[in-house]
Amino acid sequence: MATRAQFEANVMQHLDAAFNLARWLARNDADAEDVVQEAALRAFRYFDGFRGGDARVWLLTIVRNTFYSLHASATSKMTESYDEALHDRADEHAPDPEALVLRSVDAGRVRAALERLPADYREVLVLREFEDCSYKEIAAVTGLKIGTVMSRLARARERLHRELTGGEASP
Amino acid sequence: MNCIEARALLHAYLDDELDAPRSMEIAQHLATCAACTERYRALENLQHSLRAPQLRYAAPTALAARIRSHLPASAPGPFPARPWQWPALSAALAASLLLAIAVAGWQAAQLRAHRTDALVTEAVSDHVRSLLASHLIDVRSSDRHTVKPWFDGRLDFSPQVKDLDAQGFELIGGRLDVLGDERVAALVYKRHLHMINLFQWPANGASDSRQPTEQARNGYRALGWREGGMQFLAVSDTADLDAFVQDFRAAVPLASEPR
Repeated sequence: MATRAQFEANVMQHLDAAFNLARWLARNDADAEDVVQEAALRAFRYFDGFRGGDARVWLLTIVRNTFYSLHASATSKMTESYDEALHDRADEHAPDPEALVLRSVDAGRVRAALERLPADYREVLVLREFEDCSYKEIAAVTGLKIGTVMSRLARARERLHRELTGGEASP
Repeated sequence: MNCIEARALLHAYLDDELDAPRSMEIAQHLATCAACTERYRALENLQHSLRAPQLRYAAPTALAARIRSHLPASAPGPFPARPWQWPALSAALAASLLLAIAVAGWQAAQLRAHRTDALVTEAVSDHVRSLLASHLIDVRSSDRHTVKPWFDGRLDFSPQVKDLDAQGFELIGGRLDVLGDERVAALVYKRHLHMINLFQWPANGASDSRQPTEQARNGYRALGWREGGMQFLAVSDTADLDAFVQDFRAAVPLASEPR
């Protein structure tokens, strides 16, 4: 029988990671909070099914599934057209010669560029760079094969680099 | 290593996902190639920009409190989502003994299912790891007769090794692996570019279950069956896994002694 204490020790301590992923997927605070709250309640309900291992990866998997189940019908279309609209506008900017070097880009621009990426790219980058997940962990959270994680991450970085340098050839 | 190979692996190198020999090759290539080094620096800079702490969102403090206020005092028992179970128990006291036995049997089945689940997850991880870290095989099979005797000295059971060349599954080797607490034999077959790991270990008296059961994890499929006192589990991403299982079961095992 799972207790509150076990749940606190294993799951609640990863709430920041859960919120970070949800916030980057949902791209606004209110939806992200709803997703995390629902995911935490699901995690509590299924806590007995958690067989040890990495509770953070387990929780992130539930957060991602919750996001897609809550938002599948409502936002999948909206998100993509939103992405494309922003992306097109971004392409109109002339390349900034300084940014081509990409030594240090201010966080605001990185945030905006990351939000413009398609969700598939955004989630692997968030898991890798913010949550420091290994390829294997990303594969566990997203249900992708490790090979796909590797190639998607490469494509996501190339796309982000293009966004930040205004169209320079990818790294 | 040339530039094309290096670039394909640059991201994995950046992410520290390569095994030591491969990392060394990349490092050596970078030491002599300015173009790839520049590319790598760009990736490093991009990673550095992404890891700015202000880009990571922290959960609002009120959120944890809200979640805690919604949690029940303790989670449901290990087997939730069976609403009929408890009303049935309380309603029919006379039948309670029978029912309790049934529930116990059902719970035991659930426990077995949980364990199988965990094993399959582990087998898929082993399969994936064996592909990534290039420790796919301990004994390489240039000649199929080397694999069988190699196992015989190392396990307290004798795994079935079968030649499936004619069916299009090349036996490329075997290795020792661990699943759960069991030492198991893993045979590695290859179909085109796809690897198949076939794990086997003694079934410890469990009765045969010849109809293969399928589970999927992360894009890999696992087919398990029990036959002749042995438990088998085949894991791969090949579309031909069903054919593999069928061919393996139909084929004649190789004898222990090389001819």
